[in-house]
Amino acid sequence: MEKWENNKAWFLVVPVLAFVAFSALIPLMTVVNYSVQDILAPGESVFVGTEWFKKVLHDYRLHDALWRQFLFSGLVLLIEMPLGILIALAMPKKGWGVSFSLVTLALPLLIPWNTIGSIWIIFTRPDIGLFGAAINSLGLAFDHTRRPLDAWITLMLMEVWHWTPLVALLAYAGLRAIPEMYYQAAKIDGASAWSTFRYIQLPKMRGVLTIALLLRFMDSFLIYAEPFVLTGGGPGDATTFLSIYLVKIATGQFDLGMASAFSLIYFLIVLLLCFVFYQVLQNVGKGARI
Amino acid sequence: MMGIVLDSVTKKVVAETHLNNISLELEIGTTTVVLGHTLAGKTTLLRLMAGLDRPTSGRILVNGRDVTGMSVRKRSVSMVYQQFVNYPSLTVYKNIASSLKMSGMSKIEIDRKVRETAAMLHIEDLLDRFPAELSGGQQQRTAIARSLAKDADLLLLDEPLVNLDYKLREELQVELQDIFKKREAIVVYTTTEPAEALMLGGNIVVIDEGRVLQTGSTPEVYHNPATLKVAQLFSDPPINYLNGAVRGDAVRLEQDIEFPLDGHLKSVPAGSYIFGIRPNHFFLSRVSDKDAELRVKVELAEINGSETFIHVSHGDSRLVVQEDGVNPLRIGQEITIYVNPACFFVYDTAGALFASPFNKGSDRRPAWPA
Amino acid sequence: MACIELNEIAHAYVRNPAGESDYAIKRIHNVWDDGGAYALLGPSGCGKTTLLNIISGLVTPSRGRVLYDGRDVTAMPPEKRNIAQVFQFPVLYDTMTVFDNLAFPLRNRGIEKNEVIKRVHEVAEILDLTPFLKKKAAGLAADAKQKISLGRGLVRSDVAAILFDEPLTVIDPHLKWHLRRKLKEIHEQLKLTLIYVTHDQMEALTFAEKVVVMYEGEIVQIGTPQDLVENPEHTFVGYFIGSPGMNLLSCTLNGNVAHIDGARILLDQKTTELGGKARGKLELGIRPKYLELSSEPGKNGVPADIKAVEDLGSYKIVTLTLAGKTLQAKLPEGKPVPGGTAWLVFPPQWIRLFADGRLVK
Repeated sequence: MEKWENNKAWFLVVPVLAFVAFSALIPLMTVVNYSVQDILAPGESVFVGTEWFKKVLHDYRLHDALWRQFLFSGLVLLIEMPLGILIALAMPKKGWGVSFSLVTLALPLLIPWNTIGSIWIIFTRPDIGLFGAAINSLGLAFDHTRRPLDAWITLMLMEVWHWTPLVALLAYAGLRAIPEMYYQAAKIDGASAWSTFRYIQLPKMRGVLTIALLLRFMDSFLIYAEPFVLTGGGPGDATTFLSIYLVKIATGQFDLGMASAFSLIYFLIVLLLCFVFYQVLQNVGKGARI
Repeated sequence: MMGIVLDSVTKKVVAETHLNNISLELEIGTTTVVLGHTLAGKTTLLRLMAGLDRPTSGRILVNGRDVTGMSVRKRSVSMVYQQFVNYPSLTVYKNIASSLKMSGMSKIEIDRKVRETAAMLHIEDLLDRFPAELSGGQQQRTAIARSLAKDADLLLLDEPLVNLDYKLREELQVELQDIFKKREAIVVYTTTEPAEALMLGGNIVVIDEGRVLQTGSTPEVYHNPATLKVAQLFSDPPINYLNGAVRGDAVRLEQDIEFPLDGHLKSVPAGSYIFGIRPNHFFLSRVSDKDAELRVKVELAEINGSETFIHVSHGDSRLVVQEDGVNPLRIGQEITIYVNPACFFVYDTAGALFASPFNKGSDRRPAWPA
Repeated sequence: MACIELNEIAHAYVRNPAGESDYAIKRIHNVWDDGGAYALLGPSGCGKTTLLNIISGLVTPSRGRVLYDGRDVTAMPPEKRNIAQVFQFPVLYDTMTVFDNLAFPLRNRGIEKNEVIKRVHEVAEILDLTPFLKKKAAGLAADAKQKISLGRGLVRSDVAAILFDEPLTVIDPHLKWHLRRKLKEIHEQLKLTLIYVTHDQMEALTFAEKVVVMYEGEIVQIGTPQDLVENPEHTFVGYFIGSPGMNLLSCTLNGNVAHIDGARILLDQKTTELGGKARGKLELGIRPKYLELSSEPGKNGVPADIKAVEDLGSYKIVTLTLAGKTLQAKLPEGKPVPGGTAWLVFPPQWIRLFADGRLVK
């Protein structure tokens, strides 16, 4: 409250505001500008109003990509959240094991994204990849470049391997912040391990899990690099997610107006869903009963 | 005047008034205790004096010079907080020396000053330790030493002992009072506890909800609290009050107690009043034949090692009796308590002091600013 | 309910304790009666919390045995010992209602539904929580939350003892007396064994029938509040209980006279006899309120210099020096204080002698 009064402090915020303006606001306004124009050639454009938006909303390939995207993000969250919590619960609480497991968990997070794609391309190759060859030798046909289901499985595996550690690290931080006396009280009350989890650990982790959920949702909803490197959106359109499709329109067909309209709608969907998630998680356990 | 003057100072934050039109004059070489509940505006007052915040209106003068918008860095101020604030990565020695480094003192002089201040607070054997290796009391001693070493004109302490055990608090109160006496500085010390205010002595500023209720020498204000509110704030447990009426030459308290007007009550005209009685003026046995009697029910006897605070109920009124020694009375027990009307503070129905036992009743002109 | 016996308990947190100083609990050997209200009082670091944890089973002592009604429970975890505990900060199941919080320990033990409802309502009634039963526990004030923590112990019919670890720390000062009263009422009503840990003398003396004073890993005295104030058995008890604490002056004895450097203080016959048998470093103790001050030498007065007078409203504290030693006297409100030099009288019946810190008796 006090800080509102000290006017000089506002000068200190100016660089950040300028940075945000250049990195976010100005590009966003450019996109808004493009979305209402038809660009015929550099420097030559026609105002078309909401035409692009109408086109985008009626594009059946985009509808498919949207549902695919929801399915993918939904599955990712369903796997990564519980798995991350389980890992956090299983991690040691003191001794050398703590730093060991923390470093091990952090490894996938430290590898550059495009490298991850390459690693998995090799890893899942049916001929020489450890994973692909092993599965094939079991008599199961596996080829992510030809079979849509295999492509999905590979992408999911990659995503889960890459990002579950983040959820686990956040959940672990949340668990460590619970004072010891809560566990003592639960013991004295005769609570089972499940009750302790359900009534102490889970409610106390709500804050960090909200953050984990939002981060994982946004990230998986915007997924690009992994399918681009691994499958290129194929086979067919099987792994063409929203951002892959967006890039196809923008750079493949050079439909900048349509791509811009698409981006804006995309942006609004992410924003809306994040808001809904946040609200729901904040109110769980506070007002309404679960 | 040498000292600090607050001239009609008001502090608002957004729509909330934290301090309302405060005028004070604090002289150099004096200790002033600011007494009030939590959120009464004590910390805000200290922050304004220090220059950490700017008043919304009004002026602040130091030694006659207007310093109202001057940055805290340019003022000679040091401050001690409730929390034990020390540099965790520096030893006690370097913590105390940290406030001197900027002053351009020579190394030898700094060393002398640090050791002298540490000795004053009995931490001279701990100079090589780090704050985390100290007990709470030692950490706060270090923080106090750091602010004392600086020799600032204005020494501000914001409830410095509140987070310590009561035995440590007792020891430090005695020591601090001694240290303050020897200082050529303006010492301002905030507290919520009447006993601490009395222990430190000096002058007092009683504040409540951002307003100054009364100022004066500490024992003087204790004995003549100008309003019922001051009496309540400046008494622990809070002063008891009973509604009563004066008719003819008698006082009628509650439903069942009547006694003649005498002593300082003699010239109280007929009307309704509120009678304030300090807990230590009630007794469990008759002390004089003037004593009035009350039948009461014990709600709880709290024992603090020296006194017993007996919470009792009399009809709808709740009273507290402070008795010397240990009195383990049972809850629900019916007892008789005695009080000499010569100890009554008389307040009018608006809560302003009408007569005090310390006024001797001869001069009915109120002894407080109207 | 149970009587709790601590048999030759000692505890060190380090694995191979080298000497005395490594022990958080040095030697504790005593019995806590069934249905008693006990307070464990001492400064921070005296081992009181360790002892509480040994009783509850959160800590297994390095040496000795803990017996509940004669049954050895030393190796048993807390959940098997049938104790309940109220912590410094309220511990609640945030997502549950007050009712569910109170019912939780019963449901975990598979108690039948109607019995749960009955017990919860009984306890809520005792603790004035009935109006909140349907509310979420998380939204309540600190005092209500602590009552819920207590209630989770009270609902169980099998509770051997309820342990409190500084439970009023987070309660507003003006609400504290209300909770203290509630605790006393509960004790009188239910006659449970209650053990209350605190560093605050007011809390301990108000709550307990018996106060257990701990100092440096040992119990220095167990007594009623009156015992501790009037007959401290250890110099630490004299110092720690009462504000200001007992005056303690090192002295030597010569017949019925105690010499404090230059000053001579007369003792009564009983104290003289006791003093004759005492061995070790002798100290004379007297509480500040028993010291008498006058401006005349009188019969047994010793001269002392007045250093400071603090008017604390309901009484005055006078700080004096006697033969180079500082001591304090407590005078009631309105009693005049002589100026400069005063004559101090030590009433013989209030003089206590301590040898190596322990009361000579």
